[in-house]
Amino acid sequence: MTTQPVRFFQVGSFAVGNRLLPSGDRTVQSDADRTNSLDAGHRACQGCGEALGARYAIDAAMRATAGRLLVVNATGCLEVFSTPYPQTSWRIAWLHSLFGNAPAVATGMAAAMKVKGKTDVRVVGQAGDGGTVDIGFGCLSGMFERNDDVLFICYDNEAYMNTGVQRSGATPPAARTATTEAVGSQPGNVFGQGKDLPRLAMAHDIPYVATATVADLHDLEGKVERAMQIRGARYLHILVPCPLGWGSASSDTIRVARLAQETGLFPVFEAEGGQVTAVSPIRHRTPVEEYLSLQGRYAHLFGEHPSLDVIARIQAIADHNIARYGLDPGEHDDAGPEGGRP
Amino acid sequence: MLRQIEGSRAVAETVACCRPEVVCAYPISPQTHIIEAVGAMVKSGALSPCEFINVESEFAAMSVSIGASAAGARAYTATASQGLLFMMEAVYNASGLGLPIVMTLANRTIGGPINIWNDHSDAMSVRDTGWIQLFAETNQEAVDLHVQAFVIAERLSLPVMVCMDGFILTHAIEGIDVPEQDAVDAFLPPFEPRQVLDPDDPVSIGAMVGPEAFEEVRYLAYVRQLEALDLIPAVAADFARGFGRSSGGLVRSYRTEDADTVVVALGSVLGTIKDAVDARRDAGERVGVVGITTFRPFPVQAVANALAGAQRVVVVEKAFSVGFGGVLSTDVALATQRSESSLYTVVAGLGGRPITRRHLETMLAAAGEDQLEVLTFLDLDTGVVEREQARMAAATTRPGPTAEFVLRDLALRQNGEVEP
Amino acid sequence: MEPPFAITLDVGSSRANHTGSWRVERPVYVDRQPPCSDACLAGERVQQWLYQAEPGDYEAAWRQLVEDNPFPAVMGRICYHPCETACNRAQLDEAVGINAVERFLGDLAIDRGWELPPAGSDTGKRVLVIGGGPAGLSCAYRLRRLGHHVRLVDSAVALGGMMRFGIPAYRLPRDVLDAEIERIIALGIDVGLEHTVEDIESERAEGAFDAVFVAVGAQLARRLDIPSGDSARVLDAISLLHRVADGDPPQLGLRVAVYGGGDTAIDAARTARRLGATDAVVVYRRNRGHMPAHGDELDEALAEGVTVRWLSVVDRVDPGRLVVEKVRLDDEGFPVPTGETEELAADSLVLALGQDTDLTLLERAPDVAVDDGYVQVEATMMTGEAGVFAGGDSVPSQRTATMAIGHGGRAALGIDAFLAGRDATDPPLAAPATFDRLNTWYFAEAPRTRRPELERARRVSTFDEVVGGLTEENALFEARRCLSCGNCFECDNCFGVCPDNAVIKLGPGERYRFDYDFCKGCGICVAECPCGAIDMVPEEI
Repeated sequence: MTTQPVRFFQVGSFAVGNRLLPSGDRTVQSDADRTNSLDAGHRACQGCGEALGARYAIDAAMRATAGRLLVVNATGCLEVFSTPYPQTSWRIAWLHSLFGNAPAVATGMAAAMKVKGKTDVRVVGQAGDGGTVDIGFGCLSGMFERNDDVLFICYDNEAYMNTGVQRSGATPPAARTATTEAVGSQPGNVFGQGKDLPRLAMAHDIPYVATATVADLHDLEGKVERAMQIRGARYLHILVPCPLGWGSASSDTIRVARLAQETGLFPVFEAEGGQVTAVSPIRHRTPVEEYLSLQGRYAHLFGEHPSLDVIARIQAIADHNIARYGLDPGEHDDAGPEGGRP
Repeated sequence: MLRQIEGSRAVAETVACCRPEVVCAYPISPQTHIIEAVGAMVKSGALSPCEFINVESEFAAMSVSIGASAAGARAYTATASQGLLFMMEAVYNASGLGLPIVMTLANRTIGGPINIWNDHSDAMSVRDTGWIQLFAETNQEAVDLHVQAFVIAERLSLPVMVCMDGFILTHAIEGIDVPEQDAVDAFLPPFEPRQVLDPDDPVSIGAMVGPEAFEEVRYLAYVRQLEALDLIPAVAADFARGFGRSSGGLVRSYRTEDADTVVVALGSVLGTIKDAVDARRDAGERVGVVGITTFRPFPVQAVANALAGAQRVVVVEKAFSVGFGGVLSTDVALATQRSESSLYTVVAGLGGRPITRRHLETMLAAAGEDQLEVLTFLDLDTGVVEREQARMAAATTRPGPTAEFVLRDLALRQNGEVEP
Repeated sequence: MEPPFAITLDVGSSRANHTGSWRVERPVYVDRQPPCSDACLAGERVQQWLYQAEPGDYEAAWRQLVEDNPFPAVMGRICYHPCETACNRAQLDEAVGINAVERFLGDLAIDRGWELPPAGSDTGKRVLVIGGGPAGLSCAYRLRRLGHHVRLVDSAVALGGMMRFGIPAYRLPRDVLDAEIERIIALGIDVGLEHTVEDIESERAEGAFDAVFVAVGAQLARRLDIPSGDSARVLDAISLLHRVADGDPPQLGLRVAVYGGGDTAIDAARTARRLGATDAVVVYRRNRGHMPAHGDELDEALAEGVTVRWLSVVDRVDPGRLVVEKVRLDDEGFPVPTGETEELAADSLVLALGQDTDLTLLERAPDVAVDDGYVQVEATMMTGEAGVFAGGDSVPSQRTATMAIGHGGRAALGIDAFLAGRDATDPPLAAPATFDRLNTWYFAEAPRTRRPELERARRVSTFDEVVGGLTEENALFEARRCLSCGNCFECDNCFGVCPDNAVIKLGPGERYRFDYDFCKGCGICVAECPCGAIDMVPEEI
């Protein structure tokens, strides 16, 4: 009789923890002694994806660097909800300077560590999508092209949430924001705009670029760990749903992020040296309606007279992503229960 | 050792002696020579260890400096004019976070119209940022002020801006005693940051502060600046002892002992003014000069003392507040409690317009007879101005940029097509 | 120097800000009744022993299992595993192969010589158990563990009841059965074989028994009056199987017809094949959808060459032939004769039409109510007579060994309560862990592991066990397919997905606790709990 290796741990690699794995193989987040870089008492909304993503990523970076980490934070929700005087939620060495300069501040920190010979101390810069794709992009691009030893993390919630949900260069088509109102003949954000920052990052030929979501912790932590193994400029783009801005239920934060991936609207991949080296194939290919209909920002597409044409255009974007990155589960027969990360 | 050397080069060598650990460079005239020279020293290994970073903007230059300083590295950069404005947000942030960055400001005006030449518009635009601003009268002083700036900055945990006139100083080659490394090392101790990002002792720097504490934060910044008024003269005195020459301090008076008229100014124009004063003294007029080295914090008491005996004060300044008048003169008026009748503002040298001894002497003569307007624009071409005013008044002309009309007017005049 | 006022803050100071005050709903951990445990007739806490097996701690899993059922190796072979029918995983891919894992654990226990938990300290109470089948043995086992003295009597020459005399060896090897029975007897049970209880009252009085459990089974084959010619070879399936078990198989001939549609009919047909029949045909009056025999059994029989003549009744038996009449099903599914007959060559006819119970022993126990041949019992398995309990095939219920084991266990608890003068009240069952409460995204795709089957050609000629066991690797794999429905399995999801660090991990086996100082009530933990073990309840304001 043929035997198969026992590699399947009840919930595969998808849940946060797994009591069956050797402790060294477990996720950072499953560790009762994890850093909790972003500690309780912060003032993020209920179900905040960014708070979750930040703790996931920074805790992972803390493990990867044995706690030798400096973090710089752009202005935005994450900064505001974490450090209102007199309380901070951070348990790490952390600095906030401005909205648009986090990548440059990070460069300065990395330079300081290099000049002082403390090369074990690593630097992470982090910002929301506004601080990354819009106002911070100049500094980010500079940090990229100089290949400074910084991991920059964008927590992408697809709009300026801190100021009241205004459109950013990462806002998707048709999404309603406070500046792309759901009125007029083409309600919501227009098609054909927006910045694909992971691809822009790749175009800088930096050593490492990856995308992730808060719905796949193992993947996210693996990418942070991989990023911290590399010297030079690295970029991690994490999709973090915002219940407030997206009009989704606070309990649906992870579900929505998962659907963003499963529909193909948010391709999850990693690239080294400007070339895609791995993708996370879709497990259960899902029509975009299932993703859109959970979110109030797309409510104008549904109702009594659904905008089937608009939904079809969004579906076409998803299909394009699936083809472009090879996300179709059928293309990954050997994906296996580990979820297909090669 | 006294050498014939360009001001920028001398500043660069001096900065190198101060052992900066992170230096950011973004090209903007007229500071480029400084940063180029520092870069070369880093590249050659003459300045080591040091990270020299070619950034993509002045905003990044200051931001990188913020990061480096917060992480405990001695950080230096230089800029001018538009560059200063482009980094403005970070300029505020550096002082707000209390980071002892030293920056050279090679003074240059601000466009539009675009103009690369010297005046003090850039320095004046950042007077409220919370930075310490020191003005160099000469290249020797520019060099010396940089050494003192690092000491002051790091003792107070505040950023210091050394202002030196663009081109007039930066590009002038003259005899300068560039400090020796040993002497600088003896004068400037290694950087011991007041606060530092350290994984072993983590803190959160840069909290959001609301109405409940913001005023107190700002008040404490004010108190810190007042402390600088004590520290700066002390550092200058130490410097004099260590280097055998006097540089820096708050204010410096020249022939003011019995002066009825005292001119107040910042920077290199003081040299020309002193020449004019000497000439007027020779003509029997009782005139003197007070040079302000420390513009921020503004040395109210020192200025008041220096001007106590003067009947009238003439503030010559290379910048003004459009819509009001003098900037420095406002500070001097408040410091000396003077009314308009005894305080004149002379705006001069805008956009690099030469300030000549002849102009100054003419102005001083008028001042001595109290014939000076309260606000005077030195060497103003009234013909050009009046023609443009007339053109604007005429309803038939199309509206357009004043600068273009003035330039066309000047061209026409040069070609002899209109009367000067 | 001190860090600057207000701008620089000490780490972690936000813990002074109790964001729990924002909450309008709070999450609470719950344990729900998983469908496998709910469906298990033997009362096994299936999810719990699978949980123990998942890390490879087989002994702990086996110990958890034998808390409720001392026959894992037997059950792992002959149970029709309603647990798997109920398993939520069937809605995801395929049910967890619970039965195979059970057998693996049972076999491993025999192999390693693991002993059952010891008898409890002596209570001084004496209980008579009548019948050594699964119900009686199960009851005896549980009673011994509770410290009662047990006298177990059976009229047969060996213990096991239908497990020994009704189930063919190719389904349940006798060494396995013997091993599990011996392990129970070793707890100190007073066994009397070939002992038929004629009258329960006198037997109870003579032995001074404080309680009695009647588990005499259903040994009497039902007969049907079929017209038959002289010397027609007709026998019943119970006798056939019993004689095969005794090593004295009857001569059936080459062509054997089996009349009936239950598992016993299938057993008889497969046994006939093994005894040399080239044709073994099951005659059944309805169609496959109505057949009571379990699908797996039928499939195995068909694979062995057994055939079925559907929608047919036997009208007449003659030597070498049967007359079979075709029937059709009416709207309610009942067969209606068509009058259309045909002949079927058959050297013998085996009747597998059900069994009845011999209740002679209760004739002088007037308080024990019997209805339609079944002893009437309460939920505690007690009959109308105080201290007399009954279970197994003699009470109205599904007639399977699994059910009998469940009866035995429940009766033991009832007896124990009776002896102590307590009410035997079952704790209220937890609410069901339904499939819709699961977040199945977290469960990786993992098809079920098949147990190997004996090569088909070989199995028809021997009584070797047909279905093999799982290897350890496959058993582990299968155990780990459990979704842990409704019961926390410490996957750390709630601990990980909380954006407010409001879940406290208490360590292995200790699960988690909510930190309501910080829980904002977002509900992500509930939505992302793979097994549906968290409820959201309104905050009382």
